[in-house]
Amino acid sequence: MISKKTIGFELLLVISFVILAFAIAMAVGIGEMRIPLRTVALSITNHMGLSNAEIGRIQDSVIWNLRLSRALVTALCGAGLAICGAVLQTLLRNSLAEPYVLGVSAGASTGAVAVIILGIGAGAVSLSMGAFAGAMTAFVFVAVLSNSGRGGPDRTILAGVAAAQLFNALTAYIVTTSGNAQQARDIMFWLLGSFGGVRWPEFQLLIVIIIIGLSICIWHSQALDAFTFGDDAAASMGIAVERVRIILFAVTALITATIVSMVGSIGFVGLVVPHAVRFLIGPGHIRLLPACALVGAVFMVLADIVSRSVMAQQTLPIGIVTALVGVPCFSLILYRARQAV
Amino acid sequence: MSIQAENLIWRVGRKTIVDNVSLSIKPGTVLGLLGPNGSGKSSLLRLLAGLRRPATGRITLEGRDIASISRRDLAQRVALVQQHAATEINMAVEDVVRLGRTPHRSPLAGWTQLDSHAVDTALQQVGMTDFRHVSWQSLSGGERQRVHIARALAQQPRELFLDEPTNHLDIQHQLGLLRLIARLGLTSIVALHDLNHAAMFCDYLLVLNHGKVVATGTPAEVLTPELLKQVFQVECDFAPHEDGFHILFKK
Repeated sequence: MISKKTIGFELLLVISFVILAFAIAMAVGIGEMRIPLRTVALSITNHMGLSNAEIGRIQDSVIWNLRLSRALVTALCGAGLAICGAVLQTLLRNSLAEPYVLGVSAGASTGAVAVIILGIGAGAVSLSMGAFAGAMTAFVFVAVLSNSGRGGPDRTILAGVAAAQLFNALTAYIVTTSGNAQQARDIMFWLLGSFGGVRWPEFQLLIVIIIIGLSICIWHSQALDAFTFGDDAAASMGIAVERVRIILFAVTALITATIVSMVGSIGFVGLVVPHAVRFLIGPGHIRLLPACALVGAVFMVLADIVSRSVMAQQTLPIGIVTALVGVPCFSLILYRARQAV
Repeated sequence: MSIQAENLIWRVGRKTIVDNVSLSIKPGTVLGLLGPNGSGKSSLLRLLAGLRRPATGRITLEGRDIASISRRDLAQRVALVQQHAATEINMAVEDVVRLGRTPHRSPLAGWTQLDSHAVDTALQQVGMTDFRHVSWQSLSGGERQRVHIARALAQQPRELFLDEPTNHLDIQHQLGLLRLIARLGLTSIVALHDLNHAAMFCDYLLVLNHGKVVATGTPAEVLTPELLKQVFQVECDFAPHEDGFHILFKK
Protein backbone atom coordinates (compact mmCIF):
# COMPACT_ATOMS: atom_id res chain seq x y z
CA MET A 1 0.00 0.00 0.00
CA ILE A 2 1.40 3.31 -1.03
CA SER A 3 -0.06 6.70 -0.33
CA LYS A 4 1.06 10.13 0.71
CA LYS A 5 3.01 10.01 3.95
CA THR A 6 4.31 12.63 6.29
CA ILE A 7 7.89 11.61 5.61
CA GLY A 8 9.40 9.10 3.23
CA PHE A 9 10.01 5.51 4.21
CA GLU A 10 13.59 5.52 2.96
CA LEU A 11 14.33 8.78 4.78
CA LEU A 12 13.01 7.35 8.04
CA LEU A 13 15.14 4.23 7.64
CA VAL A 14 18.31 6.24 6.94
CA ILE A 15 17.72 8.68 9.78
CA SER A 16 16.95 5.97 12.32
CA PHE A 17 19.93 3.92 11.20
CA VAL A 18 22.31 6.85 11.69
CA ILE A 19 20.79 7.69 15.09
CA LEU A 20 20.98 4.03 16.07
CA ALA A 21 24.68 3.82 15.23
CA PHE A 22 25.43 6.96 17.28
CA ALA A 23 23.21 5.87 20.15
CA ILE A 24 24.89 2.48 20.35
CA ALA A 25 28.33 4.12 20.34
CA MET A 26 27.15 6.48 23.11
CA ALA A 27 25.67 3.63 25.10
CA VAL A 28 29.00 1.82 24.88
CA GLY A 29 30.87 4.96 25.98
CA ILE A 30 29.02 5.69 29.20
CA GLY A 31 29.37 3.82 32.45
CA GLU A 32 31.72 3.68 35.41
CA MET A 33 34.61 3.97 32.98
CA ARG A 34 33.84 6.73 30.49
CA ILE A 35 35.16 6.00 27.04
CA PRO A 36 35.24 8.64 24.28
CA LEU A 37 33.14 7.98 21.16
CA ARG A 38 36.29 7.96 19.02
CA THR A 39 37.83 5.14 21.01
CA VAL A 40 34.58 3.16 20.78
CA ALA A 41 34.45 3.59 17.02
CA LEU A 42 38.09 2.64 16.62
CA SER A 43 37.74 -0.43 18.80
CA ILE A 44 34.82 -1.64 16.71
CA THR A 45 36.58 -1.03 13.41
CA ASN A 46 39.70 -2.75 14.82
CA HIS A 47 37.71 -5.87 15.53
CA MET A 48 36.15 -5.74 12.09
CA GLY A 49 39.62 -5.56 10.61
CA LEU A 50 39.04 -2.13 9.13
CA SER A 51 41.62 -0.27 11.20
CA ASN A 52 44.59 -0.96 13.45
CA ALA A 53 44.60 1.79 16.06
CA GLU A 54 46.27 1.65 19.47
CA ILE A 55 43.71 1.18 22.23
CA GLY A 56 44.30 0.28 25.86
CA ARG A 57 43.63 -3.41 26.47
CA ILE A 58 41.30 -2.77 29.37
CA GLN A 59 39.26 -0.23 27.43
CA ASP A 60 39.09 -2.55 24.47
CA SER A 61 37.97 -5.42 26.66
CA VAL A 62 35.29 -3.32 28.37
CA ILE A 63 33.98 -2.16 25.03
CA TRP A 64 34.08 -5.48 23.28
CA ASN A 65 33.33 -7.98 26.00
CA LEU A 66 30.88 -6.06 28.15
CA ARG A 67 29.26 -3.03 26.66
CA LEU A 68 28.89 -3.59 22.94
CA SER A 69 27.07 -6.88 23.35
CA ARG A 70 24.82 -5.25 25.90
CA ALA A 71 24.06 -2.29 23.62
CA LEU A 72 23.30 -4.57 20.70
CA VAL A 73 20.99 -6.75 22.78
CA THR A 74 19.27 -3.56 23.93
CA ALA A 75 18.71 -2.55 20.32
CA LEU A 76 17.42 -6.00 19.38
CA CYS A 77 14.98 -6.04 22.31
CA GLY A 78 13.57 -2.68 21.19
CA ALA A 79 13.28 -3.96 17.62
CA GLY A 80 11.61 -7.20 18.69
CA LEU A 81 9.09 -5.60 21.02
CA ALA A 82 8.15 -2.99 18.42
CA ILE A 83 7.59 -5.64 15.74
CA CYS A 84 5.43 -7.67 18.12
CA GLY A 85 3.41 -4.58 19.01
CA ALA A 86 2.77 -3.69 15.39
CA VAL A 87 1.68 -7.23 14.52
CA LEU A 88 -0.55 -7.65 17.58
CA GLN A 89 -2.24 -4.28 17.15
CA THR A 90 -3.22 -5.34 13.64
CA LEU A 91 -4.23 -8.93 14.43
CA LEU A 92 -6.24 -7.99 17.52
CA ARG A 93 -7.54 -4.79 15.89
CA ASN A 94 -6.84 -3.02 19.12
CA SER A 95 -4.64 0.04 19.22
CA LEU A 96 -3.72 -0.67 22.84
CA ALA A 97 -2.43 -4.17 22.19
CA GLU A 98 1.23 -4.86 22.89
CA PRO A 99 3.35 -7.98 23.40
CA TYR A 100 2.31 -8.40 27.01
CA VAL A 101 -1.44 -8.62 26.33
CA LEU A 102 -0.94 -12.28 25.58
CA GLY A 103 0.11 -12.78 29.19
CA VAL A 104 3.54 -13.87 28.01
CA SER A 105 5.55 -11.66 30.35
CA ALA A 106 3.51 -12.72 33.35
CA GLY A 107 4.21 -16.34 32.47
CA ALA A 108 7.89 -15.58 32.07
CA SER A 109 7.99 -13.96 35.49
CA THR A 110 6.39 -16.99 37.10
CA GLY A 111 8.93 -19.23 35.40
CA ALA A 112 11.83 -17.08 36.54
CA VAL A 113 10.55 -16.81 40.09
CA ALA A 114 10.01 -20.54 40.26
CA VAL A 115 13.67 -21.03 39.37
CA ILE A 116 15.05 -18.33 41.70
CA ILE A 117 13.02 -19.09 44.80
CA LEU A 118 11.82 -22.63 44.55
CA GLY A 119 15.01 -23.77 42.86
CA ILE A 120 13.06 -25.93 40.45
CA GLY A 121 15.56 -27.90 38.41
CA ALA A 122 18.30 -26.15 40.39
CA GLY A 123 21.46 -25.80 38.40
CA ALA A 124 20.20 -27.61 35.36
CA VAL A 125 17.68 -24.90 34.53
CA SER A 126 18.85 -21.33 34.33
CA LEU A 127 16.67 -18.36 35.11
CA SER A 128 16.33 -17.62 31.39
CA MET A 129 15.18 -21.10 30.59
CA GLY A 130 12.67 -20.97 33.42
CA ALA A 131 11.35 -17.66 32.13
CA PHE A 132 11.14 -19.00 28.60
CA ALA A 133 9.25 -22.10 29.72
CA GLY A 134 6.87 -19.91 31.73
CA ALA A 135 6.29 -17.59 28.78
CA MET A 136 5.49 -20.42 26.42
CA THR A 137 3.19 -22.02 29.01
CA ALA A 138 1.27 -18.76 29.23
CA PHE A 139 1.07 -18.56 25.45
CA VAL A 140 -0.31 -22.10 25.16
CA PHE A 141 -2.79 -21.28 27.92
CA VAL A 142 -4.02 -18.24 25.97
CA ALA A 143 -4.09 -20.14 22.68
CA VAL A 144 -6.26 -22.88 24.19
CA LEU A 145 -8.52 -20.43 26.03
CA SER A 146 -9.09 -18.32 22.91
CA ASN A 147 -9.66 -21.41 20.78
CA SER A 148 -6.42 -20.84 18.82
CA GLY A 149 -7.44 -17.29 18.02
CA ARG A 150 -10.62 -18.50 16.34
CA GLY A 151 -12.70 -16.84 19.03
CA GLY A 152 -11.79 -13.47 17.55
CA PRO A 153 -9.75 -10.54 18.83
CA ASP A 154 -11.81 -9.76 21.92
CA ARG A 155 -11.65 -13.29 23.19
CA THR A 156 -7.90 -13.41 22.70
CA ILE A 157 -7.42 -10.22 24.69
CA LEU A 158 -9.67 -11.52 27.47
CA ALA A 159 -7.73 -14.78 27.51
CA GLY A 160 -4.50 -12.77 27.74
CA VAL A 161 -5.86 -10.75 30.65
CA ALA A 162 -6.89 -13.97 32.41
CA ALA A 163 -3.45 -15.48 31.83
CA ALA A 164 -1.71 -12.35 33.13
CA GLN A 165 -3.86 -12.35 36.29
CA LEU A 166 -3.28 -16.03 36.89
CA PHE A 167 0.47 -15.95 36.42
CA ASN A 168 0.95 -12.72 38.35
CA ALA A 169 -1.00 -14.27 41.20
CA LEU A 170 1.20 -17.36 41.05
CA THR A 171 4.32 -15.18 41.08
CA ALA A 172 3.08 -13.20 44.06
CA TYR A 173 2.13 -16.41 45.85
CA ILE A 174 5.56 -17.94 45.38
CA VAL A 175 7.35 -14.74 46.44
CA THR A 176 5.26 -14.15 49.57
CA THR A 177 5.26 -17.73 50.78
CA SER A 178 8.81 -18.77 50.00
CA GLY A 179 11.02 -15.76 49.36
CA ASN A 180 13.21 -13.74 51.69
CA ALA A 181 13.72 -9.97 51.47
CA GLN A 182 16.79 -10.16 49.26
CA GLN A 183 15.15 -12.54 46.81
CA ALA A 184 12.07 -10.33 46.63
CA ARG A 185 14.30 -7.37 45.81
CA ASP A 186 16.14 -9.32 43.10
CA ILE A 187 12.89 -10.36 41.54
CA MET A 188 11.46 -6.87 41.71
CA PHE A 189 14.50 -5.61 39.82
CA TRP A 190 14.30 -8.38 37.26
CA LEU A 191 10.58 -7.81 36.71
CA LEU A 192 11.18 -4.16 35.85
CA GLY A 193 13.76 -5.05 33.27
CA SER A 194 17.53 -4.84 33.22
CA PHE A 195 20.14 -5.21 30.53
CA GLY A 196 22.92 -5.88 33.04
CA GLY A 197 24.57 -9.22 32.46
CA VAL A 198 23.67 -9.78 28.81
CA ARG A 199 26.66 -10.78 26.67
CA TRP A 200 27.40 -12.23 23.25
CA PRO A 201 25.57 -15.56 23.69
CA GLU A 202 22.33 -13.67 24.33
CA PHE A 203 23.02 -11.50 21.31
CA GLN A 204 23.58 -14.50 19.07
CA LEU A 205 20.35 -16.18 20.12
CA LEU A 206 18.33 -12.98 19.94
CA ILE A 207 19.52 -11.90 16.51
CA VAL A 208 18.58 -15.27 15.04
CA ILE A 209 15.11 -15.12 16.61
CA ILE A 210 14.53 -11.51 15.54
CA ILE A 211 15.66 -12.06 11.96
CA ILE A 212 13.53 -15.18 11.56
CA GLY A 213 10.57 -13.54 13.31
CA LEU A 214 10.78 -10.33 11.31
CA SER A 215 11.08 -12.29 8.06
CA ILE A 216 7.96 -14.34 8.85
CA CYS A 217 6.03 -11.19 9.74
CA ILE A 218 7.15 -9.38 6.58
CA TRP A 219 6.23 -12.46 4.54
CA HIS A 220 2.70 -12.04 5.92
CA SER A 221 2.56 -8.28 5.42
CA GLN A 222 -0.14 -8.42 2.75
CA ALA A 223 -2.20 -10.68 4.98
CA LEU A 224 -1.75 -8.21 7.86
CA ASP A 225 -2.91 -5.37 5.61
CA ALA A 226 -6.01 -7.41 4.77
CA PHE A 227 -6.97 -7.51 8.48
CA THR A 228 -7.71 -3.76 8.34
CA PHE A 229 -11.46 -4.34 8.11
CA GLY A 230 -11.59 -7.37 10.36
CA ASP A 231 -11.40 -11.14 10.18
CA ASP A 232 -14.30 -11.70 7.81
CA ALA A 233 -13.05 -9.08 5.37
CA ALA A 234 -9.59 -10.67 5.46
CA ALA A 235 -11.09 -14.10 4.86
CA SER A 236 -13.19 -12.82 1.97
CA MET A 237 -9.99 -11.50 0.42
CA GLY A 238 -8.44 -14.93 0.48
CA ILE A 239 -6.52 -14.88 3.77
CA ALA A 240 -6.46 -18.12 5.76
CA VAL A 241 -7.32 -16.15 8.89
CA GLU A 242 -6.90 -18.86 11.55
CA ARG A 243 -3.60 -20.11 10.17
CA VAL A 244 -2.09 -16.64 9.75
CA ARG A 245 -3.25 -15.65 13.21
CA ILE A 246 -1.79 -18.66 14.97
CA ILE A 247 1.52 -18.42 13.09
CA LEU A 248 1.94 -14.75 13.91
CA PHE A 249 0.84 -15.18 17.53
CA ALA A 250 3.42 -17.93 17.90
CA VAL A 251 6.12 -15.70 16.38
CA THR A 252 5.29 -12.79 18.68
CA ALA A 253 5.15 -15.10 21.69
CA LEU A 254 8.53 -16.56 20.80
CA ILE A 255 10.15 -13.14 20.38
CA THR A 256 8.56 -11.79 23.57
CA ALA A 257 9.45 -14.88 25.58
CA THR A 258 13.06 -14.74 24.46
CA ILE A 259 13.33 -11.06 25.31
CA VAL A 260 11.60 -11.36 28.67
CA SER A 261 13.75 -14.31 29.64
CA MET A 262 16.90 -12.26 28.99
CA VAL A 263 16.07 -8.79 30.27
CA GLY A 264 12.79 -9.02 32.17
CA SER A 265 9.59 -7.33 31.15
CA ILE A 266 9.90 -3.95 29.52
CA GLY A 267 6.57 -2.35 28.76
CA PHE A 268 5.32 0.30 26.40
CA VAL A 269 7.96 -0.02 23.66
CA GLY A 270 5.71 -2.36 21.72
CA LEU A 271 2.81 -0.01 22.26
CA VAL A 272 4.26 3.39 21.49
CA VAL A 273 6.70 2.72 18.65
CA PRO A 274 4.24 1.18 16.13
CA HIS A 275 1.83 4.09 16.58
CA ALA A 276 4.56 6.65 16.03
CA VAL A 277 5.85 4.85 12.94
CA ARG A 278 2.35 4.37 11.50
CA PHE A 279 1.78 8.07 11.95
CA LEU A 280 4.96 8.82 10.01
CA ILE A 281 4.85 6.36 7.12
CA GLY A 282 1.30 4.97 7.01
CA PRO A 283 -0.20 1.57 7.85
CA GLY A 284 1.19 -0.68 5.06
CA HIS A 285 3.01 -3.51 6.81
CA ILE A 286 5.73 -4.16 4.28
CA ARG A 287 7.19 -0.79 5.29
CA LEU A 288 5.80 -0.54 8.79
CA LEU A 289 7.53 -3.68 10.12
CA PRO A 290 11.15 -2.90 9.14
CA ALA A 291 10.67 0.71 10.18
CA CYS A 292 9.27 -0.38 13.57
CA ALA A 293 12.28 -2.63 14.07
CA LEU A 294 14.71 0.24 13.53
CA VAL A 295 12.79 2.87 15.47
CA GLY A 296 12.16 0.40 18.31
CA ALA A 297 15.89 -0.25 18.49
CA VAL A 298 16.65 3.48 18.65
CA PHE A 299 13.99 4.04 21.32
CA MET A 300 15.31 1.26 23.54
CA VAL A 301 18.98 2.23 23.27
CA LEU A 302 18.11 5.85 24.10
CA ALA A 303 15.97 4.70 27.03
CA ASP A 304 18.90 2.59 28.24
CA ILE A 305 21.25 5.59 28.04
CA VAL A 306 18.76 7.65 30.07
CA SER A 307 18.35 4.90 32.64
CA ARG A 308 22.08 4.82 33.20
CA SER A 309 22.75 8.55 33.24
CA VAL A 310 19.91 9.97 35.33
CA MET A 311 21.45 8.96 38.65
CA ALA A 312 25.17 8.82 39.20
CA GLN A 313 26.49 5.41 40.25
CA GLN A 314 23.13 3.79 39.81
CA THR A 315 21.06 2.29 37.02
CA LEU A 316 17.32 2.75 36.97
CA PRO A 317 15.40 -0.32 35.83
CA ILE A 318 14.75 0.28 32.14
CA GLY A 319 11.05 -0.48 32.56
CA ILE A 320 10.71 2.67 34.67
CA VAL A 321 12.15 4.82 31.88
CA THR A 322 10.03 3.26 29.11
CA ALA A 323 6.93 3.58 31.29
CA LEU A 324 7.65 7.24 32.05
CA VAL A 325 7.84 7.91 28.31
CA GLY A 326 5.17 5.38 27.41
CA VAL A 327 2.35 6.29 29.77
CA PRO A 328 1.87 9.82 28.41
CA CYS A 329 1.80 8.37 24.87
CA PHE A 330 -0.63 5.68 26.01
CA SER A 331 -2.90 8.35 27.52
CA LEU A 332 -2.76 10.32 24.29
CA ILE A 333 -3.84 7.28 22.27
CA LEU A 334 -6.68 6.61 24.71
CA TYR A 335 -7.76 10.22 24.54
CA ARG A 336 -7.73 10.22 20.74
CA ALA A 337 -9.53 6.87 20.59
CA ARG A 338 -12.31 8.33 22.71
CA GLN A 339 -12.61 11.32 20.38
CA ALA A 340 -12.85 9.04 17.35
CA VAL A 341 -15.91 7.32 18.81
CA MET B 1 -24.51 -22.81 -13.21
CA SER B 2 -22.57 -20.44 -11.09
CA ILE B 3 -22.98 -20.93 -7.35
CA GLN B 4 -25.30 -23.54 -5.97
CA ALA B 5 -26.19 -24.53 -2.43
CA GLU B 6 -27.77 -27.78 -1.31
CA ASN B 7 -29.53 -28.27 2.02
CA LEU B 8 -27.37 -25.87 4.01
CA ILE B 9 -27.73 -25.99 7.77
CA TRP B 10 -25.78 -23.71 10.08
CA ARG B 11 -26.16 -23.44 13.83
CA VAL B 12 -24.84 -21.22 16.58
CA GLY B 13 -25.03 -23.23 19.77
CA ARG B 14 -28.41 -24.92 19.66
CA LYS B 15 -30.03 -22.26 17.54
CA THR B 16 -30.42 -23.10 13.87
CA ILE B 17 -29.72 -19.93 11.91
CA VAL B 18 -29.78 -21.31 8.39
CA ASP B 19 -32.21 -24.19 8.08
CA ASN B 20 -32.02 -26.48 5.07
CA VAL B 21 -31.52 -23.79 2.43
CA SER B 22 -30.95 -24.71 -1.19
CA LEU B 23 -30.46 -22.22 -3.97
CA SER B 24 -29.00 -21.81 -7.40
CA ILE B 25 -28.42 -18.74 -9.52
CA LYS B 26 -28.09 -18.17 -13.25
CA PRO B 27 -24.79 -16.55 -14.26
CA GLY B 28 -25.01 -12.79 -14.72
CA THR B 29 -28.28 -12.36 -12.81
CA VAL B 30 -29.08 -10.59 -9.57
CA LEU B 31 -30.68 -12.63 -6.80
CA GLY B 32 -32.30 -10.65 -4.01
CA LEU B 33 -32.37 -12.13 -0.49
CA LEU B 34 -35.37 -10.92 1.47
CA GLY B 35 -36.53 -11.64 4.98
CA PRO B 36 -37.18 -10.01 8.33
CA ASN B 37 -34.36 -9.11 10.71
CA GLY B 38 -32.67 -12.23 12.01
CA SER B 39 -34.02 -14.45 9.24
CA GLY B 40 -30.52 -15.65 8.36
CA LYS B 41 -29.67 -13.50 5.32
CA SER B 42 -26.23 -12.42 6.53
CA SER B 43 -25.37 -15.91 7.75
CA LEU B 44 -26.38 -17.40 4.42
CA LEU B 45 -24.13 -14.92 2.58
CA ARG B 46 -21.23 -15.80 4.87
CA LEU B 47 -21.75 -19.48 4.15
CA LEU B 48 -21.90 -18.84 0.42
CA ALA B 49 -18.72 -16.75 0.53
CA GLY B 50 -16.95 -19.60 2.33
CA LEU B 51 -16.37 -17.64 5.54
CA ARG B 52 -18.23 -20.25 7.60
CA ARG B 53 -18.55 -23.95 7.02
CA PRO B 54 -22.10 -25.28 7.01
CA ALA B 55 -22.90 -27.98 9.58
CA THR B 56 -24.44 -30.04 6.81
CA GLY B 57 -25.09 -29.49 3.13
CA ARG B 58 -22.71 -28.24 0.52
CA ILE B 59 -21.99 -25.27 -1.71
CA THR B 60 -20.63 -25.74 -5.19
CA LEU B 61 -19.06 -23.30 -7.62
CA GLU B 62 -19.20 -24.55 -11.20
CA GLY B 63 -19.90 -27.97 -9.72
CA ARG B 64 -16.87 -27.93 -7.39
CA ASP B 65 -17.39 -28.04 -3.63
CA ILE B 66 -16.08 -24.75 -2.25
CA ALA B 67 -14.76 -26.60 0.81
CA SER B 68 -12.15 -28.08 -1.53
CA ILE B 69 -11.15 -24.69 -2.99
CA SER B 70 -8.44 -22.71 -1.17
CA ARG B 71 -9.42 -19.38 0.38
CA ARG B 72 -7.16 -17.58 -2.04
CA ASP B 73 -8.55 -19.25 -5.17
CA LEU B 74 -12.08 -18.66 -3.93
CA ALA B 75 -11.35 -14.98 -3.30
CA GLN B 76 -10.19 -14.57 -6.89
CA ARG B 77 -13.69 -15.57 -7.96
CA VAL B 78 -16.06 -14.55 -5.20
CA ALA B 79 -16.18 -11.21 -3.36
CA LEU B 80 -18.25 -10.18 -0.36
CA VAL B 81 -19.29 -6.71 0.75
CA GLN B 82 -20.16 -6.91 4.43
CA GLN B 83 -22.70 -4.91 6.30
CA HIS B 84 -20.42 -3.41 8.93
CA ALA B 85 -16.80 -3.20 7.93
CA ALA B 86 -15.08 -0.40 9.78
CA THR B 87 -11.54 0.41 10.76
CA GLU B 88 -9.83 2.87 13.03
CA ILE B 89 -6.78 2.96 10.82
CA ASN B 90 -6.32 6.11 8.86
CA MET B 91 -5.78 5.29 5.21
CA ALA B 92 -6.53 6.67 1.76
CA VAL B 93 -9.48 5.43 -0.32
CA GLU B 94 -7.05 4.09 -2.89
CA ASP B 95 -5.29 1.99 -0.27
CA VAL B 96 -8.59 0.45 0.80
CA VAL B 97 -9.40 -0.50 -2.79
CA ARG B 98 -5.88 -1.88 -3.24
CA LEU B 99 -6.61 -4.40 -0.47
CA GLY B 100 -8.93 -6.07 -2.98
CA ARG B 101 -5.89 -7.16 -4.96
CA THR B 102 -4.70 -9.34 -2.06
CA PRO B 103 -5.89 -12.70 -3.50
CA HIS B 104 -4.17 -11.96 -6.80
CA ARG B 105 -0.77 -11.11 -5.35
CA SER B 106 1.84 -13.44 -3.96
CA PRO B 107 3.63 -12.51 -0.73
CA LEU B 108 6.24 -9.76 -1.23
CA ALA B 109 5.15 -9.35 -4.87
CA GLY B 110 5.45 -5.87 -6.27
CA TRP B 111 2.60 -3.81 -7.58
CA THR B 112 1.84 -4.64 -11.22
CA GLN B 113 0.19 -2.84 -14.13
CA LEU B 114 -2.64 -5.34 -13.86
CA ASP B 115 -3.20 -4.44 -10.19
CA SER B 116 -3.24 -0.71 -10.95
CA HIS B 117 -5.65 -1.23 -13.79
CA ALA B 118 -8.03 -3.26 -11.61
CA VAL B 119 -7.98 -0.57 -8.91
CA ASP B 120 -8.54 2.27 -11.40
CA THR B 121 -11.41 0.41 -13.06
CA ALA B 122 -13.02 -0.41 -9.72
CA LEU B 123 -12.82 3.21 -8.54
CA GLN B 124 -14.30 4.33 -11.84
CA GLN B 125 -17.17 1.84 -11.68
CA VAL B 126 -18.35 3.17 -8.34
CA GLY B 127 -17.64 6.79 -9.29
CA MET B 128 -15.02 7.35 -6.59
CA THR B 129 -12.02 8.15 -8.79
CA ASP B 130 -11.89 11.74 -7.55
CA PHE B 131 -11.76 10.51 -3.96
CA ARG B 132 -8.77 8.22 -4.38
CA HIS B 133 -6.44 10.27 -2.19
CA VAL B 134 -9.09 11.22 0.36
CA SER B 135 -8.85 9.74 3.85
CA TRP B 136 -11.23 6.85 4.58
CA GLN B 137 -12.12 8.37 7.94
CA SER B 138 -13.50 11.53 6.32
CA LEU B 139 -15.97 9.70 4.04
CA SER B 140 -19.73 9.59 4.53
CA GLY B 141 -21.56 6.28 4.98
CA GLY B 142 -22.59 6.13 1.34
CA GLU B 143 -19.09 6.87 0.13
CA ARG B 144 -17.63 4.21 2.39
CA GLN B 145 -20.12 1.68 1.04
CA ARG B 146 -19.10 2.53 -2.52
CA VAL B 147 -15.42 2.18 -1.61
CA HIS B 148 -16.15 -1.25 -0.13
CA ILE B 149 -17.81 -2.25 -3.37
CA ALA B 150 -14.80 -0.93 -5.29
CA ARG B 151 -12.59 -3.01 -3.01
CA ALA B 152 -14.67 -6.07 -3.83
CA LEU B 153 -14.58 -5.24 -7.55
CA ALA B 154 -10.79 -4.94 -7.45
CA GLN B 155 -10.84 -8.66 -6.64
CA GLN B 156 -12.28 -9.02 -10.16
CA PRO B 157 -14.89 -11.49 -8.99
CA ARG B 158 -17.48 -13.20 -11.12
CA GLU B 159 -19.74 -13.66 -8.08
CA LEU B 160 -20.48 -10.67 -5.87
CA PHE B 161 -22.33 -10.97 -2.56
CA LEU B 162 -23.59 -7.86 -0.81
CA ASP B 163 -25.08 -7.71 2.67
CA GLU B 164 -27.64 -4.89 2.84
CA PRO B 165 -25.48 -2.51 0.83
CA THR B 166 -28.09 0.25 0.88
CA ASN B 167 -28.32 0.49 4.66
CA HIS B 168 -27.95 4.03 5.98
CA LEU B 169 -27.91 5.56 2.50
CA ASP B 170 -30.23 8.31 1.30
CA ILE B 171 -32.68 7.42 -1.47
CA GLN B 172 -30.53 8.84 -4.26
CA HIS B 173 -27.55 6.74 -3.22
CA GLN B 174 -29.71 3.68 -2.60
CA LEU B 175 -30.99 3.75 -6.16
CA GLY B 176 -27.58 4.66 -7.57
CA LEU B 177 -25.97 1.74 -5.81
CA LEU B 178 -28.60 -0.77 -6.91
CA ARG B 179 -28.37 0.50 -10.50
CA LEU B 180 -24.62 0.03 -10.29
CA ILE B 181 -24.99 -3.56 -9.06
CA ALA B 182 -27.50 -4.38 -11.80
CA ARG B 183 -25.25 -2.78 -14.43
CA LEU B 184 -22.09 -4.69 -13.41
CA GLY B 185 -23.36 -7.86 -15.05
CA LEU B 186 -21.86 -10.02 -12.29
CA THR B 187 -23.64 -12.94 -10.72
CA SER B 188 -24.83 -11.13 -7.61
CA ILE B 189 -26.64 -12.07 -4.44
CA VAL B 190 -27.89 -9.05 -2.52
CA ALA B 191 -29.53 -9.02 0.89
CA LEU B 192 -32.12 -6.24 0.87
CA HIS B 193 -34.80 -4.77 3.09
CA ASP B 194 -36.70 -2.57 0.67
CA LEU B 195 -39.21 -4.78 -1.16
CA ASN B 196 -39.83 -2.26 -3.95
CA HIS B 197 -36.12 -1.98 -4.61
CA ALA B 198 -35.89 -5.75 -4.70
CA ALA B 199 -38.71 -5.84 -7.25
CA MET B 200 -37.06 -3.15 -9.36
CA PHE B 201 -33.48 -4.38 -9.49
CA CYS B 202 -33.43 -8.13 -8.87
CA ASP B 203 -33.99 -10.78 -11.51
CA TYR B 204 -34.92 -13.36 -8.91
CA LEU B 205 -35.84 -13.29 -5.25
CA LEU B 206 -35.44 -15.70 -2.38
CA VAL B 207 -37.36 -15.08 0.81
CA LEU B 208 -36.07 -16.39 4.14
CA ASN B 209 -38.00 -16.64 7.38
CA HIS B 210 -36.53 -18.19 10.54
CA GLY B 211 -33.68 -19.52 8.39
CA LYS B 212 -35.96 -21.38 6.01
CA VAL B 213 -36.70 -20.62 2.37
CA VAL B 214 -40.37 -19.64 2.10
CA ALA B 215 -40.47 -18.52 -1.54
CA THR B 216 -38.28 -18.28 -4.63
CA GLY B 217 -38.86 -17.05 -8.17
CA THR B 218 -39.17 -13.83 -10.10
CA PRO B 219 -40.31 -10.72 -8.18
CA ALA B 220 -43.78 -11.01 -9.70
CA GLU B 221 -44.07 -14.62 -8.57
CA VAL B 222 -42.70 -14.09 -5.09
CA LEU B 223 -44.08 -10.77 -3.97
CA THR B 224 -47.75 -11.42 -3.25
CA PRO B 225 -49.96 -9.89 -0.57
CA GLU B 226 -50.30 -13.33 1.04
CA LEU B 227 -46.54 -13.88 1.31
CA LEU B 228 -45.88 -10.40 2.67
CA LYS B 229 -48.58 -10.91 5.30
CA GLN B 230 -47.19 -14.30 6.22
CA VAL B 231 -43.50 -13.28 6.43
CA PHE B 232 -43.49 -9.61 7.33
CA GLN B 233 -46.96 -9.33 8.94
CA VAL B 234 -47.91 -6.35 6.76
CA GLU B 235 -51.00 -5.65 4.70
CA CYS B 236 -50.46 -4.19 1.27
CA ASP B 237 -51.83 -3.42 -2.18
CA PHE B 238 -50.04 -3.79 -5.47
CA ALA B 239 -50.17 -0.83 -7.85
CA PRO B 240 -49.24 -1.66 -11.45
CA HIS B 241 -46.91 0.72 -13.28
CA GLU B 242 -44.69 0.81 -16.37
CA ASP B 243 -41.82 -1.34 -14.95
CA GLY B 244 -44.06 -3.85 -13.26
CA PHE B 245 -45.72 -3.05 -9.95
CA HIS B 246 -45.27 -1.08 -6.80
CA ILE B 247 -46.07 -2.28 -3.31
CA LEU B 248 -48.22 0.07 -1.27
CA PHE B 249 -48.25 -0.65 2.44
CA LYS B 250 -51.42 -0.06 4.43
CA LYS B 251 -51.52 1.67 7.77
